[in-house]
Amino acid sequence: MSKHTFSIGGVHPHDNKISRECALEQLPLAPTVYIGVSQHIGAPSVPCVAVGDKVKVGQVIAEPGGFVGAFIHSSVSGTVKSIAPRADLAGRATTHIEIAVEGDEWLEGIDTSDTLITTIPDDAKAIIDKIRLGGVVGLGGATFPTHVKLSPPPGSKCERVIINGCECEPYLTSDFRTLLEKGEQVVVGAALLQKAMGGVPCTIAIEENKPEAIAHIREVIAKLGYKDMEVMVMKMMYPQGGEKQLIDAVMHRQVGSGALPISVGAVVQNVATALAVYDAVQKGRPIVDNSVTVTGECFPRQANLLVRVGTPLKYIIDYLGGIPADAAKIISGGPMMGRAVANLDAATVKGTGALLFLTEKQTRRAPETHCIRCGKCADACPMGLEPFLLNKLSKNADWEACEANAAQDCIECGCCLYSCPAHIPLLDNIRVGKGFALSAIRARAAAAKAAAEAAKK
Amino acid sequence: MSKLLVSPSPHIHSKDSTKSLMLDVVIALIPAVVCSVVFYGWQELMVLGVSVASCVLLEWAITKYMLKKPSTIGDLSAVVTGILLALNVPYTTPWWVVFVGAVVAVGVAKMTFGGLGQNIWNPALVGRVFLLVSFPTYMTTWSKPQGLFGVDAVSGPTPLGAIQEGLMQGSTVQELTSAYDYKDLLFANLGGSAGEVCALALLAGFVYLCCRKVIKPWITLSIFATVALTSLIFWGVNPARFTDPLFNLLTGGLVLGACFMATDYVTSPMSVWGGVVFGVGIGFLTVMIRYFGSYPEGVSFAILIMNSVVPLLNMWFKQKKFGRK
Ligand code: SF4
Ligand code: SF4
Repeated sequence: MSKHTFSIGGVHPHDNKISRECALEQLPLAPTVYIGVSQHIGAPSVPCVAVGDKVKVGQVIAEPGGFVGAFIHSSVSGTVKSIAPRADLAGRATTHIEIAVEGDEWLEGIDTSDTLITTIPDDAKAIIDKIRLGGVVGLGGATFPTHVKLSPPPGSKCERVIINGCECEPYLTSDFRTLLEKGEQVVVGAALLQKAMGGVPCTIAIEENKPEAIAHIREVIAKLGYKDMEVMVMKMMYPQGGEKQLIDAVMHRQVGSGALPISVGAVVQNVATALAVYDAVQKGRPIVDNSVTVTGECFPRQANLLVRVGTPLKYIIDYLGGIPADAAKIISGGPMMGRAVANLDAATVKGTGALLFLTEKQTRRAPETHCIRCGKCADACPMGLEPFLLNKLSKNADWEACEANAAQDCIECGCCLYSCPAHIPLLDNIRVGKGFALSAIRARAAAAKAAAEAAKK
Repeated sequence: MSKLLVSPSPHIHSKDSTKSLMLDVVIALIPAVVCSVVFYGWQELMVLGVSVASCVLLEWAITKYMLKKPSTIGDLSAVVTGILLALNVPYTTPWWVVFVGAVVAVGVAKMTFGGLGQNIWNPALVGRVFLLVSFPTYMTTWSKPQGLFGVDAVSGPTPLGAIQEGLMQGSTVQELTSAYDYKDLLFANLGGSAGEVCALALLAGFVYLCCRKVIKPWITLSIFATVALTSLIFWGVNPARFTDPLFNLLTGGLVLGACFMATDYVTSPMSVWGGVVFGVGIGFLTVMIRYFGSYPEGVSFAILIMNSVVPLLNMWFKQKKFGRK
């Protein structure tokens, strides 16, 4: 079995998929949910319900705030209690819609049965519109509105849809369970995406550490008989599931600095997104829940839960037995790119894929020592950057040099900091340089645009 | 759990630390250390002891009393420097000469630059070259066979080649044989520095470092290849005047230098191609110094010269950035 991988850098953290045997399980409904209006990249959505309104599962409660925006649906049935600022996962106050749960009544027209619908509609536009109405956003981490990604700018053409089933972050298993338990739906979702992009070929990329999923999806594709769809076995290597890395691995094309995947003819969607696409298009079911891996060596009960959007973290954790005494850090997402949770009252969002508990020992950073110029950071960087250099430039606040050395290309994968034997907080510093480099680039683009417009007049 | 830790990603770290890498280097040097002690006896052990102890103590004292900073000896880099320095001097070197070497290596070449990572030249080599220049008598007490490196002795290359060959195969069995005279001669032939005795032991350490991914093999291999190729050309043209490739590969601390000194992180280029150019430079300079220079030993000088151009090599040879020309 030939294995594919990206061409530069990468690291091999232990994959620690200790929750891989835990089947998806439905988390009982929380008494109250808090649904945020900024669950995606782009403009926050605008609430379209009022306090006191009765809502049903799947009912729109907030509308897109702009072209790059997404519908937000109620994940429960009940009464809207408040629409007010509330601390999110990172501790920032954003508008949340609080709903007291009463029963579990779904909006009419949503097909909640398990019947698999495999016929693919003919009209690409209609598919994309249903995806938009379903509030589907990229669930692999970026939460970019999917319908926007599926509408390439004029002049660019999609040549291949890639379904990202790498799940290259250690510990995470929710995509793996989804592939195993809802493989049919994922494959139909992939076929829908193929259709939406004009009948292009599709590759489902799965890392080699998930042989059951690879075999199962191959079987499903054969059974359903979709054309131009294949499973590609990826080498176990982080960040295999990084969008640019995956395109490089699958299509041998490198997306340029600041460019979008579509510029090389690729559209990448993750497994959970493909499932959401299936639900939205075939079942009329918007995103109201998502699968969340709850894991960590110190956590007593590993699980892969189906969680309604807006469920407070505390509720999930209490359901599984509470926070273990030796847990020092809770991470929303994986250990390489996930975010540390500042507040347990925060509620899940569409993109919440995991809750990971790490002990002090697992997550402690050793004190920083001198750079020994070993080059391990540069070897590890999947973008071919020189982290030791960017680190220095950032610390010297030399933003021009940061840009000249491509700090803006950093995907914040963490490989550099992970590998550095001197424990230098490379990425922490590089993020700052990246921020300044990006804003310089944006400012120049804006100025150029303004100048061009002025010249036209 | 009282309070949640909140810090940026990544939240985990590889097991590598400066200390673990240096420990691997120490482990990789063990076969060579054992070999040299077996061959040279207690005198070699004393050289090793003095060298390592002085390097570690000096670093400790300098950080504590002069820099007033937390001690860095825990990273084990001083131990590595100590072992390398010891393997670079003859076993007959008096203890105080070894100590002077350590002062130069750690005190001058390493700590005045700001400690590990800031230095330009390999500390152990600076120490060695300083001793070579300042105390040539002690450093060349293998004077008898020194002729082997010079022009005169090379006039009979075939027996020399035969000796070297026998040595390569014989070096591991030598502990078993009790022909001390024979051994002494052989070691002397090899140049007399402890680390130059056991090519096989050094190579074993090198393979270990590569397997543990502590170093990449390219620098070392390009040194070997360049030395072999360059001396092949010269030797091919005039075998009466120039020593043969195998002789050049196995003598004068080339293996020690190529495996452990040229691959020092701090003083070697980061990228693969930078490393290859670095290695080619070392290999070529080594052979040139040996053939045409006034010192019998070329590796140390060659490495130090190439150390100086590392910043340039780092600038010229960079990894191709993703998605950029
Ligand atoms: S975080 Fe940025 S600089 Fe560090 S390895 Fe990843 S892409 Fe490279
Ligand atoms: S990995 Fe750390 S010690 Fe090594 S070169 Fe990069 S910054 Fe320096």
